[in-house]
Amino acid sequence: MSGQAGIVVVGASLAGLRGAEALRLGGYEGPLTLVGDEPHRPYDRPPLSKHVLAGELAADATALPQRVPLRACWRLGSAATGLDRRAKTVRLADGSSVAYDKLLVATGARARKWPGEGAGLGGVFTIRGRDEAAALRAALARASGRVLIVGGGLIGCEAASCCRALGLPVTLVDPNATPLARALGTFVGGTLAARMRAAGVDLRPGTQVRALEGEDGQVCRARLADGATIAVGLVIAALGAVRDTDWLAMSGLKADIGGLTCDGACRAITRTGEPDPDIFAAGDVARWPNPLYGGRLVAVEHWGNAVEQAAHAARNMLNPDDPLPYAHLPAFWSSQFGLNIKMVGLADGADSVAIVQGSRAAGRFLAVYGRDGRSIAALSFDEARWLPAYAERIAVGAAFPPIRGATDQPAVETRAPGFPPPRPIPTDRGRMPEAAHA
Amino acid sequence: MRVVVDLNRCQGYAQCCYAAPAHFELRGHEILFYDPAPPETARARIERAEQACPVRAISVEPAGLAEEDAP
Repeated sequence: MSGQAGIVVVGASLAGLRGAEALRLGGYEGPLTLVGDEPHRPYDRPPLSKHVLAGELAADATALPQRVPLRACWRLGSAATGLDRRAKTVRLADGSSVAYDKLLVATGARARKWPGEGAGLGGVFTIRGRDEAAALRAALARASGRVLIVGGGLIGCEAASCCRALGLPVTLVDPNATPLARALGTFVGGTLAARMRAAGVDLRPGTQVRALEGEDGQVCRARLADGATIAVGLVIAALGAVRDTDWLAMSGLKADIGGLTCDGACRAITRTGEPDPDIFAAGDVARWPNPLYGGRLVAVEHWGNAVEQAAHAARNMLNPDDPLPYAHLPAFWSSQFGLNIKMVGLADGADSVAIVQGSRAAGRFLAVYGRDGRSIAALSFDEARWLPAYAERIAVGAAFPPIRGATDQPAVETRAPGFPPPRPIPTDRGRMPEAAHA
Repeated sequence: MRVVVDLNRCQGYAQCCYAAPAHFELRGHEILFYDPAPPETARARIERAEQACPVRAISVEPAGLAEEDAP
């Protein structure tokens, strides 16, 4: 790289850190700048909605280890607010600009706020960053009333688990028939629903929160679409995330709340459809054609993708004459209600599911998802050691179900997975996907 | 010191829990709870845990790196 400005990484979380490390490990010796909107050095997010809420870890305890010296200029606490591709500069919130020769976009996503009536009330929280988790933890520690959790995705379910462990009464409202319906389908989600109820969660599926009401500026009541009214002391809005692409609005890149569109080599795509050879993206913010799913554009909001894609983008940045496509089998984990949940692959669009180890009745099982006769995902409830073998089969699109006759395998019955109808995909410059609540 | 475990890789073999029981704990059937910020005095045990992991899921920041490369 010949320029003086060097490489700028925008986003100082997991993907930004691992991308910067990969650049140094890949032999890059030039100037390196990391820009982050938060004042904190890179930290790990998964514990925030688990051990931090439960009070087992301090919110500032999860700083990420660094594997190599970065010799970087850190610009923390100043968000990127604009990108000028002609001048090759990134504008920051403090009014300054940072010049780049090559840019890695790793701005991730932010929590979607409660969008409905009662949005400005005290006692309404989101969980995404360390400061949000610290504020929520402090509120939970002194909470006495019922906690309302709006949304039964991963974060909502983990928060429900922590609140019950703290002995707080919890109501969880989700528009689908079971929690985690979008990720796992209702066939598997029903098992989790039973577990949540056994742990004392007041689960309200199939309805929505219509409004939050307050007294003296503090939330005290929620009105549901089914007519119910719930007295609440604290609300956690677990409504998913919005990709942080506002700062790219005038950049001429294809970016919206669903992500920054990239080509298969992690290079950002312009509005005219060409890759910008100097701009790469990785992590939650990047939407790319994944060859493992027929080249479908996907953005994967999980830890493992941040790590792998950042390293891949860094590698391609340093090898412009030999760009390699990024193929990634998505994976995530969650722990809640004493259960270890792990998944590989993308289950949405599945037309079948089968339990291939254990049983739902026993509470420990491995489920495989199929689509058009191919295996596309596998899900473990406390049976994680079976997963790697299934991950291999899923990565090559093996027939569904992929493994027959394994020891202790039950009679394999194929069921309907029970996925809710897909939400509209946010279009280029598009608006919010259909709101799950309000 | 700073530690992170790739819990996609972790298979619950619990070797870390034997090597550094004060900092790694297995809950339920296979949930790993660990201390991401153990004291520097525990480094030898944490590094034993890192080396004992059969799936190499544990990352430990090298000694002195934070000081050498402070932001």
